[in-house]
Amino acid sequence: MTTAIEVKGISKQFVLRHTRSLKEAFVWLIKGRKGDLSEKFHALKDVDLVVSQGETVALLGLNGSGKSTLLKHISGVMIPDSGTVRTRGRVAGLIEVGAGFHHDLSGRDNVYLNGAILGMTEEQIKDRFDSIVEFAEIGQFIDTEVKFYSSGMYLRLAFSVAVHTNPEVFLVDEILAVGDEPFQKKCIAKIQELAAEGRTLVVVSHDLDLVSGICDRGVVLDHGNVTFDGPIHEAVAKLRGE
Amino acid sequence: MADSAQSELQTPGRGNGLRDVYGSRFLLKLLVRKELKVRYRGSVLGIVWSYVKPGVQFIVFYVALGVFLGLEQSPTNRGGLPNYAIYLFSGIILINFFTEALGNASRSIVGNGGLIKKIYLPRQLFPVASVWVSAVHFFPQLLILAVACLFTGWHPSLIQVLAAVAGFIIVTLLATGLGLLFGAANVYFRDSENFVDMLLMIATWASPVMYSWTMVQHKLGETWYALYQVNPMTIAVETFHYAFWLPTTDGSAGIPPHLLSLWIPVGLLVSAGVLLWGQMTFRRLEGRFAQEL
Repeated sequence: MTTAIEVKGISKQFVLRHTRSLKEAFVWLIKGRKGDLSEKFHALKDVDLVVSQGETVALLGLNGSGKSTLLKHISGVMIPDSGTVRTRGRVAGLIEVGAGFHHDLSGRDNVYLNGAILGMTEEQIKDRFDSIVEFAEIGQFIDTEVKFYSSGMYLRLAFSVAVHTNPEVFLVDEILAVGDEPFQKKCIAKIQELAAEGRTLVVVSHDLDLVSGICDRGVVLDHGNVTFDGPIHEAVAKLRGE
Repeated sequence: MADSAQSELQTPGRGNGLRDVYGSRFLLKLLVRKELKVRYRGSVLGIVWSYVKPGVQFIVFYVALGVFLGLEQSPTNRGGLPNYAIYLFSGIILINFFTEALGNASRSIVGNGGLIKKIYLPRQLFPVASVWVSAVHFFPQLLILAVACLFTGWHPSLIQVLAAVAGFIIVTLLATGLGLLFGAANVYFRDSENFVDMLLMIATWASPVMYSWTMVQHKLGETWYALYQVNPMTIAVETFHYAFWLPTTDGSAGIPPHLLSLWIPVGLLVSAGVLLWGQMTFRRLEGRFAQEL
């Protein structure tokens, strides 16, 4: 199998800084750089993860276990303090849908803007535009400013843009709870379809039943360490303490 | 998936700096369009504000400085500058461009923090888009200036027009370079946007926008005047005076010596150096943007 994602021994420390002023930094410099300017904690500790092409992996763990941080390292938003991350092909994140949406622009403008942010070219967006609108069930509201959208419409459009980016590696962070139940089912069906096409999928979710339905492999994180890596049902069982 | 199997494993999140901006020019275009659309949302006058604000600023300065302080040449005031209105306006629009570009570029990274924290994209896009938007606001003002010049008998030579283009390039490079620098610094220390505000206030007065360069030369002497001249904004403003103001006068007032042969190349070099510095600093700092924002 070809490797799609290769994470080798990455560690990440976060700085807990209370204030952000030049004054404090200056005082610290004057005092001869004594002590630490800030508290630190490990978000990820020597994490290894290899994902092959076409695998569907769920990152599981409690709040603050480092799941989202790991996902951000794979997408390139964060750079590890030590260790390496390498990916093959285009990686796109369905990370917090709607991050690139602007409230004062119409749905149409937002599709183009968000599509481009997620790495689509102008031609790709044009080609897939109708399909995006159809999937989102937005209809005639596409030329309305998104601030007038209901929260469901907003999420549906954002999700629709994201699934149409067509990357080789999909990163999905807590977004499966979009819209009403019929739409949620449609999203899950779409994600399963992508997985069936042989796309690599990395999902972060707290909905254990849901991820068991989508993913084959589960990786459990606890305080920045990988504590389990194996079949999804065992991972879920471990997390539930069974 | 055939093509992906052939492609190599790559490290995500390591950009190529400004080269990536060129690669994402479609996104840059959309970001600029978004800014232009969003800027004057819900206002009746809309884009007209881009004309009204510099227009009013010009009138205030012209009355206060030109008339009250006597910088305008008139039959009773022989020591003033001829066509002071043109002199003032050609400098003001360039300073406005610089002020808007640098001010917005410095805030652009923090302002787009929500996006930068979640999705990887070339972050240099945001300062560059800010400068671009400011350039779009600059051109209508340039048009007004050109029309005003034509009414006062403007007859520029090709060299003079090229000098103005060089001046524009100097300001663009400088604003982009400083915008990258302070935009990145602003993520770590929010003091930097206040520092930029102060810098911009100084920039307006540290170039011969309101007054004549000869006054500086008389007060400072040659050595300090040379230092004053090294400021790329000073050089850029002088190129605009050379291109727009000088051809409307009888040419007796003159421009600083060696403007074309020495100072324009110096200005271009200094600005390019600042851009390089800004770009290097930005790339060093951007790795930790997501966690610091």
